[in-house]
Amino acid sequence: MIALGLEGSANKLGVGLILHPPKGGAAHILSNVRHTFVSPPGEGFLPKDTAKHHRLWIIRLVRQAMKEAALRVEDINCICYTKGPGMGAPLQSVAVAARMLGLLWEKKLVGVNHCVGHIEMGREITGAQNPVVLYVSGGNTQVIAYASQRYRIFGEALDIAVGNCLDRFARTLRISNDPAPGYNIEQMAKQGRHLVDLPYAVKGMDCSFSGILASIDILAEKVDANQGGRKDDLTNEVITREDLCFSLQETVYAMLVEITERAMAHVGSSQVLIVGGVGSNERLQEMMGIMARNRRGSVFATDERFCIDNGIMIAHAGLLAYETGSTTAFEDSTCTQRFRTDEVFVKWRE
Amino acid sequence: MEITNVSPLPLPLPPPFTHTHPAPTLITQGAEALLYRTHFLRPAHPCALKHRPAKAYRHPTLDKRLTRHRILSEARTLVKCRREGVSVPGVLALDAEAGWMLMEWVEGRTVKEVVVAAESKGKKGEGEQERNGEGKGEAGEDDGLRVLMGKIGRAVGRMHEVGVVHGDLTTSNMMLVVRPSQQSPPPLRNDGRTDGEGSYVGGGGRLEEVEEEEGEIVLIDFGLAAQSLQDEDKAVDLYVLERAFGSTHPEAEAGFREVLRAYGESYRGAKVVLRRLEDVRLRGRKRSMLG
Ligand SMILES: Nc1ncnc2c1ncn2[C@@H]1O[C@H](COP(=O)(O)OP(=O)(O)O)[C@@H](O)[C@H]1O
Ligand SMILES: [Mg+2]
Repeated sequence: MIALGLEGSANKLGVGLILHPPKGGAAHILSNVRHTFVSPPGEGFLPKDTAKHHRLWIIRLVRQAMKEAALRVEDINCICYTKGPGMGAPLQSVAVAARMLGLLWEKKLVGVNHCVGHIEMGREITGAQNPVVLYVSGGNTQVIAYASQRYRIFGEALDIAVGNCLDRFARTLRISNDPAPGYNIEQMAKQGRHLVDLPYAVKGMDCSFSGILASIDILAEKVDANQGGRKDDLTNEVITREDLCFSLQETVYAMLVEITERAMAHVGSSQVLIVGGVGSNERLQEMMGIMARNRRGSVFATDERFCIDNGIMIAHAGLLAYETGSTTAFEDSTCTQRFRTDEVFVKWRE
Repeated sequence: MEITNVSPLPLPLPPPFTHTHPAPTLITQGAEALLYRTHFLRPAHPCALKHRPAKAYRHPTLDKRLTRHRILSEARTLVKCRREGVSVPGVLALDAEAGWMLMEWVEGRTVKEVVVAAESKGKKGEGEQERNGEGKGEAGEDDGLRVLMGKIGRAVGRMHEVGVVHGDLTTSNMMLVVRPSQQSPPPLRNDGRTDGEGSYVGGGGRLEEVEEEEGEIVLIDFGLAAQSLQDEDKAVDLYVLERAFGSTHPEAEAGFREVLRAYGESYRGAKVVLRRLEDVRLRGRKRSMLG
């Protein structure tokens, strides 16, 4: 069976086509294309502009995906789209595109939970069987494990998401948003050497990032104004912007690894799967690897094609639901900004 | 792509335990620590060694700061709880720089193990359950679980009453003591010790009398604990426990109501905390989740 997947819950618009072989086995990715709305340095992406971007690009991307996959409309079994969570206006523009294609091509629709899309794609690509999942992106920070037909949230960020914290700090420093603010922070962090003291906020399997952001924003102001050149306590060297990027990464990723480890100990699992855009950070992957090794476990991660928002994950998770008989009636094919991971009844797993 | 699958480095014991005879036995790897069973002063006196090895994944400066802080706050909280009559293992010794703490051995199972065992018994012979919260074991097992839930609620209530919030309340961090009579050690002094970091001596008081023969709840793992009398902090503590329950024991989720009921009756001011919990829950559900 073949599904078309449309994703546009944030600033990436993705379209993918996936095939599940009739007798089971690994899924085939027929095409996976994406176009990102990049805002200028110092600015975030606004819902209105992002929605406009998605409307402008969706037809082009669907055409391109169909062409790359060399498929005809008749080959497609269902059209899957992101129902939520995400930003309202961008979600809507993609849901409208999905409805239109559904009517035009006479296909069933499947509304997909974005987070479940990430998890299922990560499992499919890496082969991780029953991992603890760390889902980290611009809008989400969750530690998840599967139990009795649901992906259960063991821990999460209590205020802003880790990706949001990174993105906003990039704006403070006026770092480029191209290709992604987090990526550019990572490059700068490689030049940093001094660790500045930041709040470390972990409560059980939950964590919080807004206090860290507030503290480091203040430090950044001082560095920029070169006010008396704040010095490192040990070496007496001046603290640089690179040091701030380094300190931010070391602190927030340590928190993420810690809450993941706590969930692993609690559920007795030794596998970790990292999904979501922040999951492409190599320092986070490295830290998680060290932690897992000390637990005799292993880390699974995917590259940017799959961990950054994409259409193929929506196609894949949607097709899993479709194969177990779930579809979304036309009149129910809405979208929603809030849609918790544990609301989805996971029929396709044991 | 799988990033690592190298066999783990053996984690060495901290001195002086490298010279303990017989050598400490590794019981389990918790969320942060390695838990060994060893003995204190006399071979006949069992105790638990909690070692927080350096976490190689985090920056050494940050690691030192966190490890030190957590050992000290765990020990302080245990001492305070002990003094106030909350059931916790007494602290025997510690070295915050080296990352270890020695405490009384708790003979029992974690509540998580108890609930999981009860659930799998309850499940036998039942059909598939598609919905949450409707799992019912046989009446007898349900009763046993209910009694247990009540004990949990009262134990957490006692702790909150004395002004301690745990910070990581899960069913892995509470134990059900099977044979409480053999549990309490005689009062101890560690006059022989001279490890400059200062050692704590457990109060040596007996654990409270158990009300049910099935055992008593002992709270453990206070590394993230804090002292607070704020309703908000207590409510968040309960919220953490509620979610840990919901995600770990979906079938026992209904039983959590019994935890809260018992909590509500356990001390003056508990009802206010329960009302605050409703606000905390609402905030949790409203939390925006952008993709
Ligand atoms: N005093 C004790 N006596 C017996 N077993 C214990 C004791 N303390 C902890 N344990 C066991 O070790 C596990 C890990 O200890 P814990 O203090 O929770 O460390 P962590 O912070 O690593 O989770 C517990 O879940 C429990 O099974
Ligand atoms: Mg623990």
